[in-house]
Amino acid sequence: MNPTDVVITGIGVVSSLGLGTDAHWQALTKREPMPVVDLERFSPYIVHPLPEIDWSTQIPKRGDQRQMETWQRLGTYTAGLALEDAGVKEDEALCASMDMIVAAGGGERDVAVDQTILDASLTRNDHGVLLNEKLTTELRPTLFLAQLSNLLAGNISIVHKVTGSSRTFMGEDGAGVSAIETAAARIRSGQSTHLLVGAAFQTEHPDMLLAYELGGYLQREKWSPVWHRSKELGGGVITGSGAAFLVLESRAHAEKRGRAPYAAIGPVISGRAKRKDSTLQQELACMAGSLAPKGEPVLAISGASGAHAPTAAERTALENAGTVVRGFNTITGHLKEAQFPFAVALAALAIRNRQAYPAFDPSSEKPFEGEPKAVLATAVGYDCFEGMGLIVEA
Amino acid sequence: MKTTDSFGRPLVAVTGMGVLTSLGQGQKDNWAALTGGRSGIHPITRFPTDHLATTIAGMVDFLPESNIGASALTFALADSAAEEAIAEAGLSTTDFGGPLFLAAPPVELDWRNRLKLYAQSDRSNGWRSLIEAARKASERDLFDEGQFAAIADRMADKYGIRGLPITLSTACASGATAIQLGTEAIRRGECDRALAIGADGSATAEALIRFSLLSALSTQNERPEKASKPFSKDRDGFVLAEGSGALVLESLDSALARGAEILGIMRGCGEKADDFHRTRSKPDGSPAIAAVRAALSDAGMSEDEIDYVNAHGTSTPENDKMEHLSLSTVFGERMRNIPISSNKSMIGHTLSAAGAVEAVFSIMTMREGVIPPTINYEHPDPAIELDVVPNVKREADVATVLSNSFGFGGQNTCLVMAREAG
Repeated sequence: MNPTDVVITGIGVVSSLGLGTDAHWQALTKREPMPVVDLERFSPYIVHPLPEIDWSTQIPKRGDQRQMETWQRLGTYTAGLALEDAGVKEDEALCASMDMIVAAGGGERDVAVDQTILDASLTRNDHGVLLNEKLTTELRPTLFLAQLSNLLAGNISIVHKVTGSSRTFMGEDGAGVSAIETAAARIRSGQSTHLLVGAAFQTEHPDMLLAYELGGYLQREKWSPVWHRSKELGGGVITGSGAAFLVLESRAHAEKRGRAPYAAIGPVISGRAKRKDSTLQQELACMAGSLAPKGEPVLAISGASGAHAPTAAERTALENAGTVVRGFNTITGHLKEAQFPFAVALAALAIRNRQAYPAFDPSSEKPFEGEPKAVLATAVGYDCFEGMGLIVEA
Repeated sequence: MKTTDSFGRPLVAVTGMGVLTSLGQGQKDNWAALTGGRSGIHPITRFPTDHLATTIAGMVDFLPESNIGASALTFALADSAAEEAIAEAGLSTTDFGGPLFLAAPPVELDWRNRLKLYAQSDRSNGWRSLIEAARKASERDLFDEGQFAAIADRMADKYGIRGLPITLSTACASGATAIQLGTEAIRRGECDRALAIGADGSATAEALIRFSLLSALSTQNERPEKASKPFSKDRDGFVLAEGSGALVLESLDSALARGAEILGIMRGCGEKADDFHRTRSKPDGSPAIAAVRAALSDAGMSEDEIDYVNAHGTSTPENDKMEHLSLSTVFGERMRNIPISSNKSMIGHTLSAAGAVEAVFSIMTMREGVIPPTINYEHPDPAIELDVVPNVKREADVATVLSNSFGFGGQNTCLVMAREAG
């Protein structure tokens, strides 16, 4: 026990399963959790869509909502859930001194404008002039801001008044790992006392799927659990929309305001294994080996993406380390930047509730007996970068 | 020599620097142009300018990668600055052995490639056809273009970066944030050295149009070199530009132990987010004021210890007014006499790179004892009473610098640098 231990005092989560921690805990502890999938809208691709959300419960001003597209709304909404859960939402002074790290991709492009340009490009050769012509007349000025990566954090500042500091990390799954790792390191070293950290991913947009499919990473046609993706159907990733934000505090800071934490964040390790050299499994085995406590069963909340090679490597590494694995992408789909924050959130919920999740995929995940005292959270990027953290009782 | 600051934290030294802007490649060329009051702003030739309100920019047009897309150019810019910085620091350019903090623009699949893929597709099914064509093309370079991790991953490979490299964006404050992250990592004792880079090669037609639609850009196209005029009455927006800056940050202890030359000290970093508006700052300037004060306080310095301000100075009506208001509030009457100049008057606004580029120039200012001017200062804004080092460089003994970076999304980050540790 140390006054600068990093404790989790607020959690906001959104996925196809619902809104908030209770909805997720209920859905994920059912005997056989059922994924929500949309097979039609983006066929041949499958997505786990957002549930219905009344944005105004966290983003009261219509004007603010209009300035954002769904990705920024989703992040701002989920950040609001986390702040509310931590009991800081109405505390102006706490929010004004609160630090923030957001892991972000980019926002949604205007599909209609882009399609107009694509269509027109087939009948003329002066593409440069075409771009100028269409973009100067068709683009909505505010759309630029809705696309800018750091404007999710910017909107959180505006809507929730979190203004201590604002940093945005970019870089897919790895950005989520770095966000949590840096946030925890800042608190542990006394550089920050309370901090909002998280990410959102909105997959229901052609460009979000395009980004994966440029690398051939998506599975087509059929849904299957994350451990049973088929090479014949593509690269193995099925995506989902979702978000996870956490309020982290130093133990001393949380105690001073009388908040009982969900859990504490223990060591976090990140890495950049050279994927081409197939050293990933070895690196992951090292990470899991050094983090997982010996002599007791350890639950692993795995952010395996379904991408064939890294998913197989992670599976082997985690099983060899003796952990009992739960691959949440079976239920939520791949949440990109939000993968690691989401894994940490689910790990913290299991610690708080003193209960492990039943198998998300009973055909390939073992039961977990007893109360989880330490839960390993992982995020191994579908293309690069990886990390793990140990979530423990506070 | 004392190697910790007044808070007992390790002092962070700068032991290597690299820079590339429209003025040239490397410290030497940039410094000659900058102190000569030369502008790098020129007419856009990379893409047609039909229908555009702004037809000038501070683009980097002299690299082999200048015409093959924002992602490739941003990598080339980061690469050039990193190589110069690491070489100056006397460290291995293949085994740097510390973390990387890279400030870079959010990049997307280039339009050229989007159009190429669509032309290859069966076109019967809109975006579905595009995605199918992308899958069939299976080109790694195109995939990388849309991945935010790709540039840092390549840099990490090439330079032997330790661990997972962090790519970040705090809009126009990104370069300063990269330096702040590196400084904090060294202070936490996680590493002896870190590489902080700001690089931006994203001056595409679409980027220009997007800023134009927000009325952020100067439209004074007739004389490009005159368009960026920070603190002038007739300023009308910033000039979009490209560039990169890299700094090798090192604990003073470790730098001294290996006999490295100390180029400067990163004394303090401060930040404060603004909750007022997505593109405008709070009318009372309180977030920028708080960021300046936070940087001073983190440096353990008082406001009368700052010798020179390297301004954010974008040349937009809003920024320059607010920067003046904030600085006058922090420094009071003394602000009239503190020299302040804007490198952007010559290089334009290098966006994600600006904070790092300007940190390099700030340290050169101290080392050379010469303050680069604010050029194009012909019609002073009477509401902004500042010593902007108008038009001509000035010799001066500068021991400390405050460098400001402010950005869309309420980003405010300030750095305090010193010539010497003591």
